[in-house]
Amino acid sequence: MAEPRVYTVTELTKDVRFVLEDTFDEVWVEGEVSNYTLSSAGHAYFSLKDESSLLNCVLFKSNGARMKFDVENGISVLCRGRISVYDKRGQYQLYVSKMEPRGKGSLQMAFEQLKKKLQKEGLFDEERKRPIPFLPSRIGVVTSPTGAAIRDILKVSKRRYANVEISIRPVKVQGEGAAGEIALAIKELNEFNKALSEKGSEEHPIDVMIVGRGGGSLEDLWAFNEEEVARAIFASGIPVISAVGHEVDYTISDFVADCRAATPSQAAELAVPTKEELSARIGDSRSRLYSAAKKKIEFLESRTLNLKESYVLRAPMNVFLQLGQQVDEMIKTATSRVKHLMEIKRGKFALAAGKLDALSPLAVLERGYSITFKSGKVVKETEGLKKGELIETRLAKGRVASRVERVEK
Amino acid sequence: MKEVPFEKALEKLEKIVEDLEAGDLSLDASLKKYEEGIKLARSCQQKLEKAKKKIEILIKKDEGMFETEDFIEEEEDE
Repeated sequence: MAEPRVYTVTELTKDVRFVLEDTFDEVWVEGEVSNYTLSSAGHAYFSLKDESSLLNCVLFKSNGARMKFDVENGISVLCRGRISVYDKRGQYQLYVSKMEPRGKGSLQMAFEQLKKKLQKEGLFDEERKRPIPFLPSRIGVVTSPTGAAIRDILKVSKRRYANVEISIRPVKVQGEGAAGEIALAIKELNEFNKALSEKGSEEHPIDVMIVGRGGGSLEDLWAFNEEEVARAIFASGIPVISAVGHEVDYTISDFVADCRAATPSQAAELAVPTKEELSARIGDSRSRLYSAAKKKIEFLESRTLNLKESYVLRAPMNVFLQLGQQVDEMIKTATSRVKHLMEIKRGKFALAAGKLDALSPLAVLERGYSITFKSGKVVKETEGLKKGELIETRLAKGRVASRVERVEK
Repeated sequence: MKEVPFEKALEKLEKIVEDLEAGDLSLDASLKKYEEGIKLARSCQQKLEKAKKKIEILIKKDEGMFETEDFIEEEEDE
């Protein structure tokens, strides 16, 4: 009986590795990402799992860097790679070369992830968005010099305001390196402004820029979804209008930009006002200004004229005559008032005098009574009267002197 | 010296027109406003006319240096 072959651990591990590598040279496997960690060297370690099993995976930095989206726990992915063994641990694992999110494309996923991240950082905040100048003196355009976008922008601005000043910063808008070129161009337009002001140049600075391109596939538009471009737009001192693709295309640039135009043509419409309209507004203001001033002067003129023709200025003596008449009337009224008052007083006096009359002794005499005096004293009784004495009687009219003949008690 | 932006000047002009149309200013103030308005209207119009058509390509040369060259528009086939 032959002795059984005894392996060293290393030998066996190596053999297992060979078998596995041979059999699973290229496999596709799908599962949910868990235990995801990124080492300081930039390699990613995670597991793929389903309901009952788990597979350890490694994604080396060189492969990971090519991926557009970020791997996170819980997402479903489809991985391509080879199975091998990590000798030191005796652990078999999947060495991932390519990874795609399940359900949606990796670009879509990357778009959503970056959008979420930048939103959280406040790059899309409405408060930080600057207004687009109304009549820009110079418009910067970051796009391909040969694309549809620049043609549309020039056509629209020519139609609206032929003498507008446009500076084009040509860039590659798709493919490898496009995002970097676009980001740099945005930065350079800002530098250009700075250089102008440092030189004290008479030239107009760029006061708005359009960044964009014409329509294309999601891949074609991708540069405008890159973080680099988003950050450059955010950092730009010049307000940015983004104009990428068609109405339906939304890119990260659109969210960061101060203003999103649905198309490059619309971007030009937003940046360039219509000259005729502006001219008409100025003309209208000018004529209203003139007629308002004219109206004011005419009004003041007519007021002056009215005053000049007024009664007082035309016949000043009339005023005094009128005043004299007024005084006369007042005197008349006062006099009649006084007269009336005197009538009343007089009536009252007559009444009082009548009453006085009735009490007078003369009135009694008038009724036939008489008064008898003796030595100037009124005689009211016979007592003290003697025969032969002289008495005097006062009648209503006249007096009579008599001698007492007889005295009766 | 910073130029007054066109839009601001236009807005100011329109405000002056309104004030003047309201008619409750003194004669002196009215005339002053009128004069100011006419000046603004003139400078706005000048600003519109002054702009020169210029379409150029901006090229960065060395550090902080830029150069421009005329942009040749392709004739469109219409």
